[in-house]
This record gives sequence, C-alpha cells and structure tokens, in this order.
Amino acid sequence: MKIAIASGKGGTGKTTVSLNLALSLSDVQLFDCDVEEPNCNLFLGFGLEKVEDVVCPVPVINQEKCSICRQCSDFCRYNALAALPDRILFFPSLCHGCGGCAVLCSEKAIRESERSLGVIEKAKGESSPEFYRGLLNIGETMTSAVIKTLKKYVDDRKTAILDAPPGTACPVIASIGDVDYCVLVTESTPFGFHDLRLAVDVVRSLKVPFGVVINRWGLGDSRVEEYCKAEGISILLKIPNNLKIAELYSRGIPFVQEMPEWNEKFRGMFEAIKLQLADTEEART
Amino acid sequence: MKQLTVISGKGGTGKTTLTAAFASLAKNAIIADCDVDASDMHLILKPKVLEKEDYYGLEVARIDPELCIECGRCKEFCRYGAVSGNFKVDPYGCDGCAVCTVICPKGAVSMEKRISGQVFSSETRFGPMAHASLGIGEETSGKLVSAVRSNAKKLAEQYHKDLIIIDGPPGTGCSAISAITGADLVLVVSEPTVSGVHDLKRVLELTVHFVIPTVVCINKYDINEENTQLIENFCAKLGISVIGKLPYNDIVTKAMLQEKTLIEYVKSSKCLNESEFADQICQIWTRMEKILMNIQDKQKGTKTLEMKNF
Ligand code: SF4
Ligand code: SF4
Ligand code: SF4
Ligand code: SF4
Repeated sequence: MKIAIASGKGGTGKTTVSLNLALSLSDVQLFDCDVEEPNCNLFLGFGLEKVEDVVCPVPVINQEKCSICRQCSDFCRYNALAALPDRILFFPSLCHGCGGCAVLCSEKAIRESERSLGVIEKAKGESSPEFYRGLLNIGETMTSAVIKTLKKYVDDRKTAILDAPPGTACPVIASIGDVDYCVLVTESTPFGFHDLRLAVDVVRSLKVPFGVVINRWGLGDSRVEEYCKAEGISILLKIPNNLKIAELYSRGIPFVQEMPEWNEKFRGMFEAIKLQLADTEEART
Repeated sequence: MKQLTVISGKGGTGKTTLTAAFASLAKNAIIADCDVDASDMHLILKPKVLEKEDYYGLEVARIDPELCIECGRCKEFCRYGAVSGNFKVDPYGCDGCAVCTVICPKGAVSMEKRISGQVFSSETRFGPMAHASLGIGEETSGKLVSAVRSNAKKLAEQYHKDLIIIDGPPGTGCSAISAITGADLVLVVSEPTVSGVHDLKRVLELTVHFVIPTVVCINKYDINEENTQLIENFCAKLGISVIGKLPYNDIVTKAMLQEKTLIEYVKSSKCLNESEFADQICQIWTRMEKILMNIQDKQKGTKTLEMKNF
C-alpha cells in the first residue's frame, strides 16, 4: 500500500508526519520525494549509497552532417535548440529529452547521449524504515523525472510512505498520482486553511482517498476542523503546538523517539487509514 | 528599477509574512507574488484585480480516434508514458513535447492549447501587485513565474515604481530559478532547524551558481541558538551577511488571523514586545534598502561571486 504525505504548502509538517509514521510501523519503506529539498535523512541520519543516476537523454549534433535545415530547432517545444546561420546551438538545461529532434533529423546528424539530472540514494544495509531518496542537481529543473525514477523502488508487498514535495504542480502529481491514500498535513491558520483547500482540490481531481492531519493544533483557530466536518473529511490526527515537539524538530529528532506514547497514535492513524480504505472499497462493490 | 527576491528554500519559514511586511514598508514598490504554486500573499494584501489574462502553458496532445489505427507508435515513442493502452493521452502525464505528432503515420495526433493558469494585475493598499494562479498539476510554474515577473515590470513602468519585491517559491527547481534570475538582490529567510540549515545551504548554492548578491535573515532564531550560530558561521565563511535575526513571536499568527501585515497589526497593539518585533523588521528593511541602493551605485564595475565548493 502506498501512502503519500502531502500539503498545499511547505513547512506544515509533512516530513514530521512521514518520519514519525514510518518509525511507528514495521516493514515499511520511506521515500523522500521532495527531491529539491530532501530533508528526511537529516532526521534519520542513515549512511546513504547511490543506487542509480537519474539521466535524461540529450541530443549531440554532428556539425559535419548537419545541413542546418532547422527542422530540429523549429520542432523543439522547449527552445533547447537554436539555429545560427552556420550551426545549431544546444542549451542542455532547457532540454526535456523528448527525443523528437533525433527522430526528425533527415541527415541523421543527431545521436543521443546522457545528461545527469540527479541521483537516487538508499540507506545502506538493513535499515528500519527502508529508506530511499532522490536528489535533484542544483540548477536543474526536471524535478518530476527524478521523482518518477525514485518511485521505481516501491515494493508493492510493503507499506510505502512517500513524503511528497509541497504545492499542487507537476512534481506533486508525479508523487501522489498513483498512491492508494493521501494524508494532507495542515495547520489551522488562514494560510494553512487556504493551502489545504488547494490540496483537497488536487487529491479530489486525482480521485485519491484522503484524510487530514492538523499540525500545531491549538495555534490559530478552528476553521480547519469546521471545514473538515462540513466536507465529511476525516481528521486522522492532531499534533499539538507543543514546545517539546518544536524543539526536537529543530534538533533533527523525530518526536516519536523521545515521546514513545506517540507511536501508538501514529499506528492508530495507520489503522484508521486502512479502515477508511476498506469502507470505500465496500462502497464501490 | 531594482528587483528584490525573497526565498526560503524550505516552506513555513515566515517568508510570505515578512515579504508582506516589507510591502507595507516600501515607499515606491510593486509586489510580485511568484510563489505561484499555492500562493498566500493575496490573503493578506487582498488585491483588487484590475486585469486578468489566461496563461497558456505547454500544449497537450490529443489523439483523434477516427484517424487512429492503433499502430502503437506514439505509445512507443512517448518518453513520458503519457499514451495509455487504449490510445488516449493522459493530460497530467503529457509533457507537450509533440513527438507523437511527427511519429504518427496517420496524422491522428494534434497539439491543443491548454489554459494552465491565470495572471493578474491588481491593486492593493500598498500599491500595484502582479500575481497568478496555477491550475492543478500544471507543468510550467517556471514559465508562469516569468509571466508574473514581466507583468510586474510592466506595472512598475506604468506606475513609475523603482523596486519590485518578489515573493519567491520554495525549493531549488524550475520556479525558484525563474524567480531569482536577473534579481539584484536575494533575501533568504531561514530558520535554525536542522532542515532549515540544510535547505539554506541548497538555496545559497543556487544563488552562488547564478551569481546573485544574497543576504540572509534568520527567523525564530531563539528556538535553537546552536543552529543559529551554525548559520551565522556558514554565511560568514561565504561572505554573505546575515542582516537580521528575529525571535519567535506569536504575533505572526495573530496578524495573519486578522489578515493584516505585521506592521499594520502592531499599529493597533499596545504590547511592547510586539512593537519591538515590528521595529526589528523595520530595521531589516532599512538595511536592505541601503544594500539595494549600493548595488545601483556599483552597477558599472560589477563584482562577481566566485563559485564556492560546498
Ligand atoms: S534537423 Fe538535423 S540537419 Fe536539420 S538542423 Fe537539425 S541537426 Fe541539422
Ligand atoms: S530532445 Fe526534445 S527537448 Fe531535447 S533538444 Fe531535442 S527536441 Fe528539444
Ligand atoms: S506530446 Fe509528447 S508527452 Fe505528450 S503524448 Fe505526445 S509524445 Fe507523449
Ligand atoms: S501513432 Fe497515430 S495511429 Fe498510431 S496509435 Fe498513435 S495516434 Fe494511433
């Protein structure tokens, strides 16, 4: 079962929920899909090893064969190719690796080579949770490609927890598009509430079952709870606005490790998710 | 005209709250909300939309079932796995590369425009504002950021403003790059948590990579003074100045609940502690204005930052 932890906005506690949930369960995989800012391992401190380079195919133009017909540069939708009077210029950082230019070139002047976008890393040896993360190279824009490669390591026989990137754009869809359940983390402030509603739009449009975790509960007002009640959205867990939790977070310690009573609460949340999924399954049949 | 971009690497550091406060302090500025994916600034600034324009992102492929002979070539060549088993294109998966249109032997695929969001030119109580909204799952937030920035430039010319304050997106990817390129100064709002420190390093790598002058502000510095020290040392090593440190204060949430900027909120508050907090923000702003002015002076002999090894 794949469970994504997401939020309309960063900084709401996505990583906190992912980590504490993963640490409370056994036989789970944890994936840090926030490849622009992967933070999970700051809290886990695992030794990591590279398991794969994420690459993107890029064209290499043989200037001798090229007749400067401009077919390729006219075609490229990402403006990665520009025709000069005497040659074709290529901008690797704009290329999405679609392969179109190589297919089009009638002179067979284009062959493909590879460009590195980032890496996939895994915790060394046996770790609990089994941990994978993607890391996007600095200055690189193909976030979704790294996320898609990372997700190849999901083992369908296990519970996989995916810490999704913030927002509602393409990297989020790449992360949560095919999960069984999505946990939306929010806080009950005007910003948090607004971002929650955006996130709800996303999961609804993807038809992914979901529930809400309220972080820093007690801060702000009751608008999130009222909204969830009105919309029939289940609130899975409330994490109080607690000094000890904030302090542990700032030091990079998942709070279940120092506050063991929370293990039970996260396991309860997991059970609630399973129940909700069983109910929706039943309703469908 | 100068451009200041406020970014944070990680979300939730108080970036938007600070940017909104700066907006209320700046004398002659345009506000550009480039945190287009889940933007929040409008909740405080309440812009009145003057002009609205559809924003077209990358196109999306469509297969005409009448013409398609199900030969499977498009599926084979699509590198994004966007063509499904029954020869339909998944709009979320399609990258708009158009390879399928040239591969299809029957000319059954066409590219269609898609509205990926809206860009707005608006008016707020602190002056004009450029902002946008991005449709769900859309691919091109980097391009949309550029669209907001060019709108902001137009507004600045129209209203004779000399500064654009850009609220930037989180992360170091496509949209963050679009928000900082060409900026005169980047302010990174950081917090002294382990993840805050880590993300600060990543965004500083980014601003150094693009050779943009950068300053740092540490928010909630007192929640972990050790990490605050770490940030200060790290910045000192890079020659990046820390222009302010703000303590943790509930006022941030209180002002937000009243939909006011911190500066406005403090005007109606009698609490000494709160007005001190606002005063610190004013000081940070004054320092930044000074830096921006100096950048203008130095324009001729631009100093380039060296690429440092992290
Ligand atoms: S399509 Fe081939 S021959 Fe034509 S400009 Fe491009 S590389 Fe050169
Ligand atoms: S592979 Fe695609 S994106 Fe890259 S240069 Fe060729 S046409 Fe453009
Ligand atoms: S346009 Fe490109 S991404 Fe979209 S379906 Fe065609 S080949 Fe695939
Ligand atoms: S290549 Fe053209 S004809 Fe072949 S399956 Fe695709 S759309 Fe249909």
